[in-house]
Amino acid sequence: MKSLDDLKKIRDAAQSKVNMRGKNDGMRVLVGMATCGISAGARPVMNTFVEKIAENNIEKVTVTPVGCIGECAIEPIVEILEGDIRTTYCRVDVEAAERIVKEHIIGGKVVLDYVIGKYRL
Amino acid sequence: MIERAHVLICSGSNCIARGAKSLRDEFEEHLARLGIRNEIKLVNTGCVGLCEQGPFVIVYPEGVFYALVKNKDIKTICDEHLYKGRIVEKLVFDEALTENKEVKAFDEIKFYSKQTRVALRNCGLINPDDIEEYIAHNGYRGLGRALLEMTPKEVIDEMQKSGLRGRGGGGFPTGLKWNFAYNNESDQKYVICNADEGDPGAFMDRALLEGDPHSILEGLMIAGYAIGADKGYVYVRIEYPTAIEKLKIAISQAENLGLLGDDIFGSGFNFDIEIRLGAGAFVCGEETALIASIEGGRGMSRNKPPFPAAKGLWGKPTIINNVETLANIPEILFQGAEWFARIGTEKSKGTKVFSLGGNIKNAGLVEVPMGTTLREVVYEIGGGIPKNKQLKAVQTGGPSGGAIPEHLLDLKIEYETLIEVGSMMGSGGMVVIDEDACMVDICRFYLDFTVDESCGKCTPCREGTKKMLEMLNIISSGEGTLEDIDKLEKLAKIVKSSSLCGLGQAAPNPILSMLEHFRDEFEAHVVDKKCPGGVCKPLIQFFITDDCIGCTKCAINCPEQCITGTVKQLHKIDTSACIKCGICKNVCPVDAVISF
Repeated sequence: MKSLDDLKKIRDAAQSKVNMRGKNDGMRVLVGMATCGISAGARPVMNTFVEKIAENNIEKVTVTPVGCIGECAIEPIVEILEGDIRTTYCRVDVEAAERIVKEHIIGGKVVLDYVIGKYRL
Repeated sequence: MIERAHVLICSGSNCIARGAKSLRDEFEEHLARLGIRNEIKLVNTGCVGLCEQGPFVIVYPEGVFYALVKNKDIKTICDEHLYKGRIVEKLVFDEALTENKEVKAFDEIKFYSKQTRVALRNCGLINPDDIEEYIAHNGYRGLGRALLEMTPKEVIDEMQKSGLRGRGGGGFPTGLKWNFAYNNESDQKYVICNADEGDPGAFMDRALLEGDPHSILEGLMIAGYAIGADKGYVYVRIEYPTAIEKLKIAISQAENLGLLGDDIFGSGFNFDIEIRLGAGAFVCGEETALIASIEGGRGMSRNKPPFPAAKGLWGKPTIINNVETLANIPEILFQGAEWFARIGTEKSKGTKVFSLGGNIKNAGLVEVPMGTTLREVVYEIGGGIPKNKQLKAVQTGGPSGGAIPEHLLDLKIEYETLIEVGSMMGSGGMVVIDEDACMVDICRFYLDFTVDESCGKCTPCREGTKKMLEMLNIISSGEGTLEDIDKLEKLAKIVKSSSLCGLGQAAPNPILSMLEHFRDEFEAHVVDKKCPGGVCKPLIQFFITDDCIGCTKCAINCPEQCITGTVKQLHKIDTSACIKCGICKNVCPVDAVISF
């Protein structure tokens, strides 16, 4: 350790290891992961969210698996929670997940192609 | 693969003792079975603090706080929470559930929300075996600031401005102590971390060493830089094997990164740290005895002055700081003296860690700002007394401290206020005593300890503590007189004023404070020949009240078989045959057995 910069480098690299253990009051990504969700392919979808969020260094966004919402026919369902605002996406695949990260989480614009209203029976 | 959830498993000694050791293996097994092992990070942390409810598992990002976790619960947590995202409500700590059954995050629980964690800032949050996690929480930045931006004198000024006082018991201003050693010219100086925690019931230093060892090392390095020492020792008792192991890991990691060794941060400052193991003698917590022990001599104290800051280890200027004191130092240097001085009261700055124990619901480790009242600690953080019993006193300072009675419970915790009422801050043991305790018996417990631990060098302590214990034994057996109580008080004062070191000077404190606040209990023993707490065996008898439901448990468990009675009938104890072992009282499901 020859300078403070060396320490800073280690700190910046290590911070991603512990960031999650703080107060998590930012945006939340909820992925429906009951049996129906899993069989419809929710697991790769969730992994995509986790990876893309980490890749883009987005802070204060957490990804949580949640139970069945009830509309099993249109799984995998992903909900984005920002305070009281809830956006529900359905039939989300890996490609859709990538778009949601890019356009909604980073860009702040709801991806209309996948919101639930379009598919409501 | 980046993990989406972190599972923190409390692996402090208290949780390990309660079976936390195998929890990680269970997690490994079930996460592998579900095929999600690479999505979840498992972290073994140091003490989380709420030891009464351990072992703990905390799941982030939600911050869900699972308490009293057993091996078989891990399958449920994996299947439900980690796989499907359903929080397992029945395993969540009671106080973390709201009335509408909503789950509160870990730091919103009353036990934690009332605390201010400075010394314990990383305890239970990071993996103590991973220096990177410490660095990620701004570790070693305080050291960086000291070495690169400040002169040693400026570091000392900063410490004096912060108002930090020694957390080992005496409360001597840390900056002032450093200044003495700084001003003493010498070719070699030393800094020592006093980790010889010996008070019965105190375990905050152990928790810090196990949960955040790097903060101690960093504090020691800053102290070394300030006074001009290039060598540090951690004196820790061999009874703390986990703490020693964590320290060793931490030292070797710091060495590998060049945070220990030569030319740290390119500043030209060299420092290395060695561990010295003590055999677990209480007196070695006293500075001069500790130094004698490190030098290889017998752990005995000597006259002061010269103080260690002038003539310490191997005759060189030496600073000895307690574990908790050192844990505060990196944060003070990182956040600044003004930040620290804003916490606490005018004369006592910062926070204090207490090991909360005895008759209290949430026994464990708590850190509160100075100036918090005892009532807040006992009732709001500690959750009050179990079984709705009355509080009799709060004992602070262990065998060197005293008891604070119920009517003084609104006392603010500060070094001075505690001394004014006949107790002391001590290193941080806080034992809550309920109505069922006998104060004479508690004095006997502490004196029994000091008699064992007296090093024997000076007569007042060696003979005085033994005599005081004998007198207490006479009083508790009912053979004493009022005159004996006066004699005991007189002897206690003599021992206090004439002993060589802190051990003997403080040994009479439990007696003096109990006599001040609970003299009536002593008098009851010698005048009425009664023990009001129902503890001192020669003075009590056991009875079964009408509350008896006739379950026969007492009769079955009585070793003397002197309890008679048939099923569903009132039982009776034959007091002439009773040996007062108290087993019947312990096994009675309806508290029908009483002693008085």
